[in-house]
Formats: sequence, structure tokens, C-alpha cells
Amino acid sequence: MINKQVNSVHDAVANINDGATVMIGGFGEAGSPIELIHALIDHGAKDLTVVNNNTGSGHVGLAALIENKRVAKMICSFPKSANSFVFPDLYKKGEIELELVPQGTLAERIRAGGAGVPAFYTATSVGTPLAEGKEVRNINGRDYVLEYGLTADFALIKSLKADRYGNLIYNKTARNFAPVMAMAAETTIVQTKEFVEAGELDPEVVVTPGIFVDQIITVADPLLESKLVAAEEVYP
Amino acid sequence: MSEEQIGWNREQMAERAAQDIPNGSYVNLGIGIPEKVVRYVPDGTEVIYHTENGLLGMGDAPEEGQEDPELINAGKKLVTAIPGASYFHHADSFSMIRGGHIDICVLGAMQVAENGDLANWSTGNPDAIPAVGGAMDLVAGVKTIRVITQHVTNKGYPKLVEKCTFPLTGAGVVSRIISDLAVIDVTSEGFKVVELAPGVDFDYVQERTGCKLIAE
Repeated sequence: MINKQVNSVHDAVANINDGATVMIGGFGEAGSPIELIHALIDHGAKDLTVVNNNTGSGHVGLAALIENKRVAKMICSFPKSANSFVFPDLYKKGEIELELVPQGTLAERIRAGGAGVPAFYTATSVGTPLAEGKEVRNINGRDYVLEYGLTADFALIKSLKADRYGNLIYNKTARNFAPVMAMAAETTIVQTKEFVEAGELDPEVVVTPGIFVDQIITVADPLLESKLVAAEEVYP
Repeated sequence: MSEEQIGWNREQMAERAAQDIPNGSYVNLGIGIPEKVVRYVPDGTEVIYHTENGLLGMGDAPEEGQEDPELINAGKKLVTAIPGASYFHHADSFSMIRGGHIDICVLGAMQVAENGDLANWSTGNPDAIPAVGGAMDLVAGVKTIRVITQHVTNKGYPKLVEKCTFPLTGAGVVSRIISDLAVIDVTSEGFKVVELAPGVDFDYVQERTGCKLIAE
């Protein structure tokens, strides 16, 4: 019988190796799989390349992963937000690499990677510093920049409901990058608020089909990043 | 409003921008003054707001007790979803943008050039942390890009210029600017003043602009 459930968040991240590329879902705290990120800190893998829209807040979640020197490179669109100082400090000291990607190009690079499309042309960033050094091609009278698909060794994402096949639905704007990251990663690890029986999710409304999911752990009452940041919590 | 207020204040700029939004439009609003446009859409006009983090049909801020930290806008502020709203993932959201399905985007600006070039993401200062978000995707993909901005910087330098000195967000993308002093269209001949704020004359605007203006 197929059952993608694992026993703990620590089991879920146990195979993440030094130097791995890890996509982490979330737009700010919405959709951030904070328990999986904390388990990854406990696990100890380092020299990671992390793909996320941002760089985390305060000293928990993604910011804590960076603060604990596990991340060699960030690929993101917006590395500075309110309450985000861990990444900016390391970046100014030259201790972490940044690949800045426009948000839509980031999403499309991940989708392309997951869909087996090695590269695509987009008008986004034409004529700007972010297009420097990239191939530009004129198609039907308009210039486009060549961008490459992005894949990862692992994806860590958060869902509202999951079944044993890995079919997922999400909560509101917590969906954001999770469905495309699930497609683009070799191994996709999901923390779900609720685990349901196969058949309970209407096939018409499944957002991520189970084929894109490898491991599921239920975290029924996840920590809230904004509350931890307000309380000035530090992980670990 | 201070006694020295000349031209439109921030609310009036938002109100003026709202007058240009046709009924039935799909609209994306940038952070800052553009967010205020929502309040001034004329009665009888129905507009659907898009936020690029995955919601079409964005509503107002939630009532106290109704907040959901997983229901936010692109500025990471708590919002609501109107009846009839839809959620989608980031690649679909930017397909709406890049694919030309969003009708209007209203953004802030650091500089706008007379050929429609926009700079609004970086001063190019090497010590700053670069951050672009969805701005480049919006200006490349949305059919109509409008800008709301103060006419000059805090230090009094023109923001409407012959050529942007800051790194571009997009080349030749802006079609209309609503400043505190005037409504200005980007035309093939340059900036054309189409409306002056009450009590403001053409010469006053020209003196505060970094290139030659065309009178209507």
C-alpha cells in the first residue's frame, strides 16, 4: 500500500545532504513550513542553496537557518523585509551569496524546472541590470531575456490537507510557491495541518497531485512565525 | 493638509488615479499611495484587485478577530477575499501578469523618464541590499502602467527626468503619471501635461521637472 507518511519532522529531513539545493515554500510567513525548517537546523546539513521568495524574519524559521550558517547561497526576489536583518548582515559582510531574480521569473523558472522545460524567454527585466550578461532575443518585434529552469534536490512545503498518496490542498495565500516547488524537486517533503483518508479530497479540487509528493508529516498546530518574531524567540 | 500644501495631497492623488479605472478592470496596486486607490473607485464601478502572491478578488483589511496570517497581500499586510475570489499559485499569478491579463497596474516611482522608462526598485547604491520583488514582471506584462508619485524628491530633485539615473525597472513602460502637481501622459514627443492640480500653473510644474513638458 502506498503511504507517504513519515514518523517525524526529523525523519522527513534526514536525507538532506551538505551542498543540497532546497526549495522552501512560503511568501513571508504564509506557507512557511517552519517545523521542517527547524528540523533541518537540528539535522545540521550545511552549504545549502536555498530558494525562497524572501530570507525570513527575526531569528526563527528561514532566518534561523541562515543565521546558523547553513546557507551558502540564497536565490530569491526580495531579501529584505520588515524584521529581516540576519540575511542583510551576512550579505554586507560578504558571507552569503545572493542570486536576485524577479518574482515572476523565479516562479516560472521553478515551474519550467518541474515541467522539464530547460529554459524560456521572458520580457521581464529586459533593459535592466538583472538582464546583464543574459542572452536577449527579439521575437515578433519585442526583446526577451533567456532564463533557465530551476530544479532542486529537495522541497519543503506546507499544506492544509494531505492524503496518503500525497494529494494536497492549501490554505488561502499560503499556496504561493508550494505547487511549483513540489514539481521541481527530486524529493518533496510536506508538513500538513491535517491528514485525511484517501478519497476525502475531491479529485476536482486537488491542487497538487500526489505524484509530486514524496514524504508527509502532520503538524496539526504549527508555530506562527509572526508570533515568534514578536516574542523575539531565537531558534534553536 | 499643511498650509503650504500646493496641489493634490496623497489622498487626492489616489482619488484622481481611481477616476481613470474603467468598470470591470482587473487591477494590481503597488505598495504605498497606490494602495489608497481602492477607497476612491467611483460608485457603480466594479474592479477586481489582483495581488501577485496568489489572490484575485482582494478585499479590505479584516475586522478584528477575523485575521488569517495566511491571507495577505504582496506587501504582507492582512487582507480579506471578496465573495467570488480565487486563490492560485505563484506561476499562475504571474501568468496573469506576464500574459497580459491584468489591465492596469498603479505603482510608485523613484524616477520616470520622458520615454516612459521607470526606476522604482534600487538607487544602485552598492551598500544596499538589492530587492526587486514583482515590479519588473508587472511593468513588463501589465497592459497599462500608471505611476502615482510626488513630483519631486524630499530634497527637491525632479523625479520626472530626461533619462533615469537609477537602475531601470522597465524600459518605456509608463503611460501616465499622477503627481501632486499634475496628470502627465508619456507620449512619443515626451511628457504632456493633461491636467493641472487646482492652483498650480504650467510654469510651476515645468520648473520642478527635469525635462521639457508639452502643454496640452
